Amino acid sequence: MAKSKPRVKAPKSASKGEVITIKTLISHKMESGQRKDKQGNVIPRSIINHFTAKFNGEVVFEVDIEPAISANPYLQFKMRVDEPGEFEFIWNDDDGSVYTKKQKLKVG
Amino acid sequence: MKEMSRRQALALGSGLVAITLLPLPATASIEEVNEDIKKFTGGAEAAESAIIKLEVPEIAENGNTVPLSVSVDSPMTADNYVKRVILLAEKNPNPGVATFHFTARSGVAEASTRMRLATTQNVVAVAELSDGSFHMTKSTVKVTIGGCGG
Amino acid sequence: MELKNKATVSALGVAFAALLVPGLLAGGEALALPEGIETVKVAPTSKDHPLDEILSGWHFRSPETQALQEDDFENPAFLWVEQGEELWSTVEGAANKSCSSCHDDASETMATAGANMPKWNEALGKPVNLEQQINHCRTERMEADAWKWESTQLLAMTAYVRNQSRGEPVAVQTDGPMKPWFEKGKDIYYTRVGQLDMACSSCHEGYYGQQIRADRLSQGQTNGFPTYRFKWQKIGSLHRRFKGCMKNIRATPYKVGSDEFLALELYTAWRGQGLPVEAPAVRQ
Ligand code: HEC
Ligand code: HEC
Repeated sequence: MAKSKPRVKAPKSASKGEVITIKTLISHKMESGQRKDKQGNVIPRSIINHFTAKFNGEVVFEVDIEPAISANPYLQFKMRVDEPGEFEFIWNDDDGSVYTKKQKLKVG
Repeated sequence: MKEMSRRQALALGSGLVAITLLPLPATASIEEVNEDIKKFTGGAEAAESAIIKLEVPEIAENGNTVPLSVSVDSPMTADNYVKRVILLAEKNPNPGVATFHFTARSGVAEASTRMRLATTQNVVAVAELSDGSFHMTKSTVKVTIGGCGG
Repeated sequence: MELKNKATVSALGVAFAALLVPGLLAGGEALALPEGIETVKVAPTSKDHPLDEILSGWHFRSPETQALQEDDFENPAFLWVEQGEELWSTVEGAANKSCSSCHDDASETMATAGANMPKWNEALGKPVNLEQQINHCRTERMEADAWKWESTQLLAMTAYVRNQSRGEPVAVQTDGPMKPWFEKGKDIYYTRVGQLDMACSSCHEGYYGQQIRADRLSQGQTNGFPTYRFKWQKIGSLHRRFKGCMKNIRATPYKVGSDEFLALELYTAWRGQGLPVEAPAVRQ
């Protein structure tokens, strides 16, 4: 796909102290740099190399990603809910592109 | 009518064998994997430990997408938590798969992803706790059709 | 069926036995089901059906592969479905129209279309499959360019439209003007081709449930297409899959979108008549 598109599944609301599950997926070829084209030339590496999950500006979870992560990278992780606020999810591409997605979380 | 002949079966078989004999990218050496672990621990010992759990399939239908979950049994408070977990695949061209960075806000040190495995091999997970201790576990995945490459 | 297969296998040579071993993977009787699906197994709808039971490809996959289709979020094919949804209301072409200009809400207007393809098209005097119908609407009604076969856009739109019909039992017309196409498809299905001199039936009728090297053979059903395949690392069309199977037996494959594959698509859809549409499925 031309431009990467993120998908996020996180609860819209939760109770204080609850540990919630967050799932993310982004469209990306994750070209490993280890494949060759038909002429035998190495296809250059082009991957999502880093993922950050922030809540109210604070980093809660991060991943350093290597070419061994599958195409259309999937990540699932947990977060304890202390207060209401906003998630920000950030994917960094080898080509310098940055993909972000925001989502609000209510507590009550 | 429905049966395959011995000749067909042999030809199909050899066709598939030929695929597996294509020059595979060089696989990592055990030294390389140990080097990566050392880099992660700063030289400290990472002993096999029951507090870290790695969930992978016994057999992967295709090495391009192998699901993986890792969890560490530990409190997740500001002064006692799981900092990082590194994942390594012993026989991939490069052993590195991913490093998860947890925080006390994670609540539970648990994460899942999907990885590529070039061949049947061990997947290694090493966790670093905030007290400076390292904990390791390994699990074998049987891969019949490798990920990476064509 | 399983027993019959085992008996056949043991009657064959050693080399063959090595190639086909009873399923290693515990795909078996699925406890869970694909999202939006109530059954992966139906009874044949007609007496002349060649199969005793009709089983979705899902049935033969490992629990890990199945898991990716149990939840739409886990299913990477939905990246394409979402793109298809955007394209649905994107205006393109000289007529200044989008799909939604004529078809409104796809969840209503496309609720069954994906289960009835290929379908007779009077204007063209031949059947069209979903890809061809989409492009027909683009060129004739939107006055836009046709999307290339296997392009992101065509895959995305096909996945989106067919997903609207998810759960709907496959029901294709095989009589009337469709009859010669059906017969042609059947003929291709049973004709041995390629260096290995095999037919579709050699694998998908006689040996489903058996392990062929790394793969566990299914009935070659089509209700999950377009399908996300680990091997492709993306979504792909049914005709791409047909091509792959022909290449495996070292036959020269027909072209995607060809009349031959269209006939084969009609015939294979009939072999899965009654099976709920699962698109987009996830396969190894
Ligand atoms: C100007 C109106 C118009 C536009 C725009 C249009 N279509 Fe159609 N579509 C039709 C008509 C009329 C039919 C009836 C069959 C025929 O004549 O092709 C149809 C039939 C279909 C069918 C078959 C429905 C069935 O029940 O069998 C599908 C699928 C379809 N269109 C998809 C699309 C898609 C996808 C787009 C956008 C890329 C689109 N159409 C744009 C008018 C339109
Ligand atoms: C040498 C054995 C062999 C032959 C011959 C063969 N296939 Fe396949 N086919 C496979 C294997 C292996 C798979 C992957 C596992 C499975 O789903 O059966 C497959 C998968 C498929 C699928 C995908 C099923 C799903 O649920 O995703 C379809 C459709 C299919 N084949 C159709 C055909 C058609 C049509 C032909 C004849 C042109 C054919 N095959 C010939 C071995 C074969």
